[in-house]
Amino acid sequence: MCLGVPGKVIEVDREMQIATVDFWGVKKQVRLEVCDAPVDPGDYILNHVGFAIRRIPPEEAAETLALYDELLRLADDQDLMTADVRAEIDAAPDATRSPKGAPDGSQ
Amino acid sequence: MTRNARFVDERITLKYGTGGGAMRALIEQVFAKGLGDVGDDGIGLAAMDDGAAIRVGDQYLVIATDSHVVQPIEFPGGDIGRLAICGTVNDLAMMGATKPLALTCAVIIEDGFPRDDLKRIWESIRATCEEARTTIVTGDTKVMGHGELDGLVLNTTGIGLTDRLVSDAGLQPGDKILVTGTMGDHGLAIMATRNELALETTLESDVAPVHTLVRRALDVGGEGVVALKDPTRGGLSSALHEMAEKSGVGIIVDETAVPLRDEVRAVGELLGIDPLVSANEGKAVFGLRPEVAAGVLDAIRSHPLGRNAAIVGECVAERPGFVVLDTGFGSRLLAEPEGELLPRIC
Amino acid sequence: MGPSDAFAQLKFRDPARARGLRDTLERLVRLADHAPVSVMHVCGSHEQAIAKFGLRAAFPQELQVIMGPGCPVCVTDVPEVDEAVALAKQGVRIASYGDMLRVPGTSQSLADAKAEGASVDVVYSVTQAVELAREHDEEIVFFASGFETTAVATAAVLVDDPPDNFSVLSAHKYIPPVMEIVAEMPETKIEGFLAAGHAATITGSKVFEKFVERHGLPVVIAGFEPLDVLAGLVKLLEVINSGEPRVENAFPRCVTREGNVHAQKLLWRVFRPTGGRWRGIAHVPNGNLRLRDEFAQYDTRKRFTIDASALWGYAPPKLVQQCQCGDIMAGIASPTDCQLFGKECTPDKPVGACMVSAEGTCKIWHQYGGRPDLRSIKRGAA
Repeated sequence: MCLGVPGKVIEVDREMQIATVDFWGVKKQVRLEVCDAPVDPGDYILNHVGFAIRRIPPEEAAETLALYDELLRLADDQDLMTADVRAEIDAAPDATRSPKGAPDGSQ
Repeated sequence: MTRNARFVDERITLKYGTGGGAMRALIEQVFAKGLGDVGDDGIGLAAMDDGAAIRVGDQYLVIATDSHVVQPIEFPGGDIGRLAICGTVNDLAMMGATKPLALTCAVIIEDGFPRDDLKRIWESIRATCEEARTTIVTGDTKVMGHGELDGLVLNTTGIGLTDRLVSDAGLQPGDKILVTGTMGDHGLAIMATRNELALETTLESDVAPVHTLVRRALDVGGEGVVALKDPTRGGLSSALHEMAEKSGVGIIVDETAVPLRDEVRAVGELLGIDPLVSANEGKAVFGLRPEVAAGVLDAIRSHPLGRNAAIVGECVAERPGFVVLDTGFGSRLLAEPEGELLPRIC
Repeated sequence: MGPSDAFAQLKFRDPARARGLRDTLERLVRLADHAPVSVMHVCGSHEQAIAKFGLRAAFPQELQVIMGPGCPVCVTDVPEVDEAVALAKQGVRIASYGDMLRVPGTSQSLADAKAEGASVDVVYSVTQAVELAREHDEEIVFFASGFETTAVATAAVLVDDPPDNFSVLSAHKYIPPVMEIVAEMPETKIEGFLAAGHAATITGSKVFEKFVERHGLPVVIAGFEPLDVLAGLVKLLEVINSGEPRVENAFPRCVTREGNVHAQKLLWRVFRPTGGRWRGIAHVPNGNLRLRDEFAQYDTRKRFTIDASALWGYAPPKLVQQCQCGDIMAGIASPTDCQLFGKECTPDKPVGACMVSAEGTCKIWHQYGGRPDLRSIKRGAA
């Protein structure tokens, strides 16, 4: 429930149990004492109200995509529409790139 | 009468100052009663536009006024002084008066306010006036007791002349919507600086005078520029809602086409605040006839303040007064923001 | 393309996969032997995700995805809000999450009290409330709203030796009991539940196993990116169609069967479940979380005498009884069936949760004159 945002750990202060986490360019400190596993810089965590509630294993991103692709194929194999979509996904090198890219320094 | 019309409560509370439906109700039901009529050829109080326009000879005299109460008074990218000057210069420009004749500036200072802070803000005002090629010709000074106001309040009024007025109500189905740059920068930059949120970010306000940008667009687009508004309080959402309602059209926005800085998007996600309802202080929203859209886009992009301009939407006859967002996954109605932005946990 | 790159680029928002999942969902709904197929989600953030990405307009016509009582702010009952407002008016400094600020009690919200001069601070995290207590001598009361995920954070600060001038007014709620209530409503049309991914990150998927056994209703745990929500619904339809109800985890990157055991222990060490009213829904046994006796010294209700009677001057005494939120959430009624809708109950003075929530069914109907049909919007207009 409620606004859990994933971010990448940049720094860990083990004694204070605090990590500095990067959320797409914005940094915030997050507390670690309720996280389900120890974290290291480079790990991904799920942040909820300033606490890391889960260390997201790196292989999970790829496994999640695999899950989606498996669900896509739940439909009838002879269905042409699915084949089209599958082809579109396989063909697109980087289907999520935002069309505008990063804005330049000025407005 | 505005949609979802409501009546003004017994006591005027904070929500009446936030630029949304409550404020419009207050203006309609209290302020504009028996006042503000400038005749048929002009724009008066009832129009609730960015300013007023009065016919003088073969031109229009445009007047705009604003009070500025922002906290903190200095923030990444600017300060209350720059905000005040740009706010009024931009309001004039939104009516078509892109060469300000002069500005006034009245200050109300809290007892105990540091002289050096005041000087710094005044230097910012002077520099912004120079940048905007205008000046302050008269003003007023008051000091109130300690605790009777929050630091500093500025009021600026500007005047300008124009041959052609641009309203915010001239849209018709088929017209295009253009934004001159990234959305939500100012509001989220202010939110992000709040100490208790403890966010480390390089987000800055976009506060800037956009009158020369608007001039360029008007020169190229001419009569094809049919609506113009600056998306300040309430962000792009408020601006589009007003335009849609006043023009009697629906607007469909392609959310994936709206330019957003990655950091603005990130702060928005972290705090649960939509960049489309967050204020901008250096941007404009244009309504354009389709035949001039491409030319105006190029003209704006050639200006330093318009590099990230984009066409983001279209007007339709259906659902007049409503703004629909095509998210790329589906679509939703863009709600009008009410009240100040608050971080959300749920 | 390594896994972390996928993450960084939020491939869980890939429009092509979204279209594919949506088509699969359409096909599965058609394979069901009836229409409409009704499922419920019990999470405010799921509704926010659905709303933000405009997913409702992409769902098949014959699929009803109903917003259940999953917005903890909206289901915080009037007396609980009154406690916080009364304290604020008594001169006590209150720290609260932003969402709670405008929720009305009997006559006022915390925002109203603040406008009248009460000391109310909006915080993003409970740790900020603790900071306030450290920085000031005065009493700081943290108005603790949110479900079990958020309660874990409150628990964490309470075991970390907070200052003496800090206390917690707990309005935390626990979700699984309200699912029981919905499942047990005699005319309920709900055929399956989409469960909240973040709560399940803490509790684990095991917490739903007995529920599924008892009621024969499948539960699929889903995340909050658009692909997560669509994938979760696809999985739910698959299980519904199979006729073999079970718990399924469609959010494996965050949810395991056991969950976050350390966080669970912390949660139940500090809080005990107790029955209470949820706004517009009725009594939910074990639905509220209150501080255990060992933490009595930080319990606002034990530290202060809260007198909320002054707030009852304007009292809509019987209104709450006429509120139909429970039926609306169970998919049995629609807002226009409720006598209070648009009259005594409006966004400005809401009675039930469905009108309080930004995405509540009644709120949306009132704002837009019904549930708007946006299916006709086509891409590429610009």
